[in-house]
Amino acid sequence: MKLTTTLMASSALVMASTSAFADGHMASEMTIVSWGGAYSASQQAAYHDPYSEMAGVTIINDESSAEAVAKLRAMNEAGNVTWDVVDVVASDAIRLCDEGLALEIDADTQLADGDDGSKASDDFGDLLVSDCFIPQIVYSTTAGYRTDLVGDTPPTSICALFDTDTYPGMRSLEKRPINNMEWALLCDGVAKEDVYDVLETKEGQAQAFAKLDTIKDSVVWWSAGADTPQLLADGEVVMGTTYNGRLFALIEEQKQPVGMLWDAQVFDLDGWIIPTGLSPEREARALDYVKFATDTQRLADQAKYISYGPARASSAPLVGKHATLGIDMAQHMPTDPENAKNTFLYNYEWWADYRDDLDAKFQAWLSQ
Amino acid sequence: MTATDLKGAVPTPNLTGFTMPITAALGAFFGLLAGQATGAGAFFGLLSGAVVGAVLAYILVTLVPYKTGRWAAIAVMAIVGFAFGGKIGIVVGLLAGAVMGWCAYWLHTGRYRASVPPYATAGQVLWHNTFKLICGLILFFLIAPIVIIIPLSFNAQDFFTFTPEMLALDPAGFSLKHYQDFFTNDDWLRPLKNSVIIAPFATIISVSLGTLAAIGLSQSHVPFRRAIMAILISPMIVPLIISATGMFFFYSQMGLFLENTFGMSKSLSGYIKVILAHAALGIPFVIITVTATLVGFDNSLTRAAANMGATPATTFFRVQMPLILPGVISGALFAFITSFDEVVVVLFVGAAAQKTLPWQMFTGLREQISPTILAVATILVVLSILLLTTVELLRRRSERLRGMSPG
Repeated sequence: MKLTTTLMASSALVMASTSAFADGHMASEMTIVSWGGAYSASQQAAYHDPYSEMAGVTIINDESSAEAVAKLRAMNEAGNVTWDVVDVVASDAIRLCDEGLALEIDADTQLADGDDGSKASDDFGDLLVSDCFIPQIVYSTTAGYRTDLVGDTPPTSICALFDTDTYPGMRSLEKRPINNMEWALLCDGVAKEDVYDVLETKEGQAQAFAKLDTIKDSVVWWSAGADTPQLLADGEVVMGTTYNGRLFALIEEQKQPVGMLWDAQVFDLDGWIIPTGLSPEREARALDYVKFATDTQRLADQAKYISYGPARASSAPLVGKHATLGIDMAQHMPTDPENAKNTFLYNYEWWADYRDDLDAKFQAWLSQ
Repeated sequence: MTATDLKGAVPTPNLTGFTMPITAALGAFFGLLAGQATGAGAFFGLLSGAVVGAVLAYILVTLVPYKTGRWAAIAVMAIVGFAFGGKIGIVVGLLAGAVMGWCAYWLHTGRYRASVPPYATAGQVLWHNTFKLICGLILFFLIAPIVIIIPLSFNAQDFFTFTPEMLALDPAGFSLKHYQDFFTNDDWLRPLKNSVIIAPFATIISVSLGTLAAIGLSQSHVPFRRAIMAILISPMIVPLIISATGMFFFYSQMGLFLENTFGMSKSLSGYIKVILAHAALGIPFVIITVTATLVGFDNSLTRAAANMGATPATTFFRVQMPLILPGVISGALFAFITSFDEVVVVLFVGAAAQKTLPWQMFTGLREQISPTILAVATILVVLSILLLTTVELLRRRSERLRGMSPG
């Protein structure tokens, strides 16, 4: 008897809750894929919240940008693309575009003009590195160090990473060849403009690995952007590389004893793509969102929450103060003239050609 | 046998040759740890720990009766700890005092021989106690990683770090903000809601199908029993990532079918996909636990019920089900935990709208190492303990009611 009651009660529950969550999501909704953490929070505040208020759309956040390429391939194969707008780094956008997984965008007709009247294609300029890529921010990979562990002479050059005599202790580097190979050559006396020419040769690659060999025993390898901040906060590493926004949060928001090295920072781009294979009404909504989220004011707004530089030239003058800390954000942008005295330009095309080869060599070197 | 019984049976061990050295060694171990932690030097710690241990053992066993002695040791060590290491020193001192005081009496009263026969040689006694120590260490290594997250979840900082304030037991080093974040942040509440929707439904499906399958497979007349059993158990044996990849393609098609044919919303079909996938993962656990209880089930009971005119369904619900209920419940628990803990399959099959707690913890860990994950983990650990305790108490109660156990 009791069991029957239980069964009946639970099946009633099944019915009730099924209908409950069927009704709850009848409104139009879109899934936006991004990186999570403080970065997603900044997008939420600058783009998602104003857009859902304006358009009455429910926005669901998926934090899968790290595996966006693989997942989009699988979704496309299964004929079931569940993402509407995806935030990816420029190199991933180029790959997705080449494979036909991302929608081609005509910047001048499908994106908003700049507030200063410039055409979108002029406003974004060189940052439109692919036909499918809608640039959003300029970020940089750079190094941070524990101010209390580096002695009286804090590092001023990226080569401090390789200087274990002056700065003994562990350092954290990203577990991939990109950036590390370039820095190794720079610190081994190769001129900045020659780096990619040297890296093309076998000898040049050997030279870079030899330089990395000198610190291999004192390196913690990271793969997620949150690793280096955690390691620095723990004092487990003396210095480490990560994205400039992570270091900003660590220093200004978390008040950790950490300093920042802008020297030889490597610029990279992050932005939106829209997957192919969406139904017409979803695609229209995605385009509408992207047009809204990459206009001059919205890009400048994002800089209130995170220290990444807006991708539009017309947004730069509008960058103001941090939303909660009240700090003037312009000086924390990687593109600020003071910070950009010595920058390194990441070469997309070169890496597109050499990435697979160097990835394999790097992994082999790691396991030696 | 109690300690007093043994006093006559076992000769009191040699104080200077046995009790004092061993307690001193234990003290040296604590001293070593304390010396390293406070920066006083490992060797200094080792030495002073040994001296404290030897002196403590001598004073306790010669001068002080048991109960007073235990408390006295704890109090003295706490004061010593405070002198060296401040507030956290008290905690360490309390622990060291309790262990060393216990050890001195344990050795001196001869209770260390209590669980071996009187004729055991010194070697056998040593092995017996070493064996107990190894068992204790194994339990420690199983539990310690789970316990360590609990204090960290009260961190006032946003990192997985024991800050100096926390180690000094300074209230400013602790906060409930990560718990507050969990209960107010939509990024965590939505996954919580999803987990609470998905896990029970997956459990209900797994339990119904798994129990039926187990009963069917326990009948001797079913053909290809072993082959069918192997297929049903396979989700448990095949690496999860492989099941997940297969499920991704299978359920994508099924989702499209549900949406196009029945006009379901994407979100509803998403839930159905994840629930079915989790049910498939949970079924093997139910089959195994129910099959195990069916081994002890007397089939003449069902025949007796049939003989008295009960239909098969009545027989099942009134006779068989109550008897195999413990197996069904533990299977249900496993199925529930499988679904509640599962991250691989839901990453493949689910869309962002079905993001579950483990999924959110996984992405949180990668993108933003925030102690909110630890707060959630602590809540889950506490919930699991409560759940398992309740089930165990219920089981004991029902056994007592049915007179199956003397308790």
